[in-house]
Amino acid sequence: MSEVTIKKVLVEPILSNNPIALQILGICSALAVTTSLKLSLVMAIAVSLVTAFSSMFVAMIRSHIPSAIRIIVQMTIIASLVIVVDQVLKAYAYEISKQLSVFVGLIITNCIVMGRAEAFAMQNGPVLSFLDGIGNGAGYGLMLVAVAVIRELLGSGKLLGFEILPTIANGGWYQPNGLLLLPPSAFFIIGLIIWGVRTYDRKQAEGADYKLSAHKVKEAF
Amino acid sequence: MSKSNDTIQKTIIVALALCIVCSIFVAGSAVLLKPVQVSNRMLNMKENILRAGGMIGVHPSKKEVEEAFTAVVPRIVNLETGQFVEPSEAGYSSVDAFDQKRVSQNPNLSKVLSSSEDMAGIKRRERFAKVYLVKGDDGIEKIILPVRGYGLWSTLYGFMALKGDGNTVLGFGFYEHAETPGLGGEVDNPNWKALWPGKEIYDDSGNVAVALVKGGVQPESPTARYSVDSLAGATLTSRGVQNLLHYWMGQEGYKTFLNKLKSGEAGNV
Repeated sequence: MSEVTIKKVLVEPILSNNPIALQILGICSALAVTTSLKLSLVMAIAVSLVTAFSSMFVAMIRSHIPSAIRIIVQMTIIASLVIVVDQVLKAYAYEISKQLSVFVGLIITNCIVMGRAEAFAMQNGPVLSFLDGIGNGAGYGLMLVAVAVIRELLGSGKLLGFEILPTIANGGWYQPNGLLLLPPSAFFIIGLIIWGVRTYDRKQAEGADYKLSAHKVKEAF
Repeated sequence: MSKSNDTIQKTIIVALALCIVCSIFVAGSAVLLKPVQVSNRMLNMKENILRAGGMIGVHPSKKEVEEAFTAVVPRIVNLETGQFVEPSEAGYSSVDAFDQKRVSQNPNLSKVLSSSEDMAGIKRRERFAKVYLVKGDDGIEKIILPVRGYGLWSTLYGFMALKGDGNTVLGFGFYEHAETPGLGGEVDNPNWKALWPGKEIYDDSGNVAVALVKGGVQPESPTARYSVDSLAGATLTSRGVQNLLHYWMGQEGYKTFLNKLKSGEAGNV
């Protein structure tokens, strides 16, 4: 990053530096909560807020953080915010918090939050860090929503709980694909999306780790 | 970052200050939000009671739950005598304040179960239970009883709703458990729960006969009216469910109360 501008920190993580597609961070929760669009949206908002505010607080005190305990300091701030988010969800969205159950608590271990605090907020001001958190949360959220739309629509024929494709069980014609409701399907979908993104934007494709050299030695027999 | 940040003094000061600020923040939010969370839990409890009794739809609003719950009369029962008691006997000022989970942990209000008695794996059984009754035109229409027991990983908490005869199941479901999702967790599956209504708990001689059977219930078999399919791939959870029903519906549980309720000896409803 040569020059950091507000537009750049907000827009870049959405496609050209997407935390899931390029940095391959936060995959665990992307597998777990994307069976329904509603859960994904709530999760995306929760992660965005936690990333934004934790980056902001870290940036505010960045010049006072002793480097020996900087990871612990970041962790403490993140964990506090996650507990607050969990409490708020329990109070105002009880049904959703029951379904998200353990995954809200696991935002603490979401690499995106920690990664932004360490990589961005330690070097930049609070406002930029806050927006960077929002941008990365949006990038994560966009991916989550894309996966959730595919999984919920094809897996149960619904979107946000409303029936789009009438299933055979309800007298329609659509036979739901049960695999899409299981976690492995998210791997396939995320993999295909990453393929698509990297085909569209060649810069993101990684070079091969090693090259096979030509075979020169003659076989022994 | 200046070098002075790395002195021991500064490290300790920063760590302490951060801990204090964060703990105030977390504790403050927990305390402020507690009343809302408690009312959510109460509402959820009411919803589960009503759902077991088949008295509400799939996604009821808060108002619907509160309205439907006005038909439900909670009462405290002494499990040993099988009679209704005033909440003051269990040390509570009102029926609403009675907290069965807390009573089951109070040594004065519960009894320790020996391992041969403890089929349900609950270790202590309270002497008082909170039951929910729904009255109709001719006597009691629905009896909703809290049950619990150990499955594979966790204690399952649920409600068993019976018809006024104290024998026919109206509905059965758990509201809190931590069984394996997809296997034991299928106790929440609406298709499985739909197998329960109409089944009977006791056989003709009054013994607990309800059972979870493997390989599907044969409709023509004589025990079909007591039998429910067990959960595929969840032998231990199914066994736990059967054990907890046998415990709570048996002599140690609600059987005395149900018999007295039928004969009218349980006291005024």
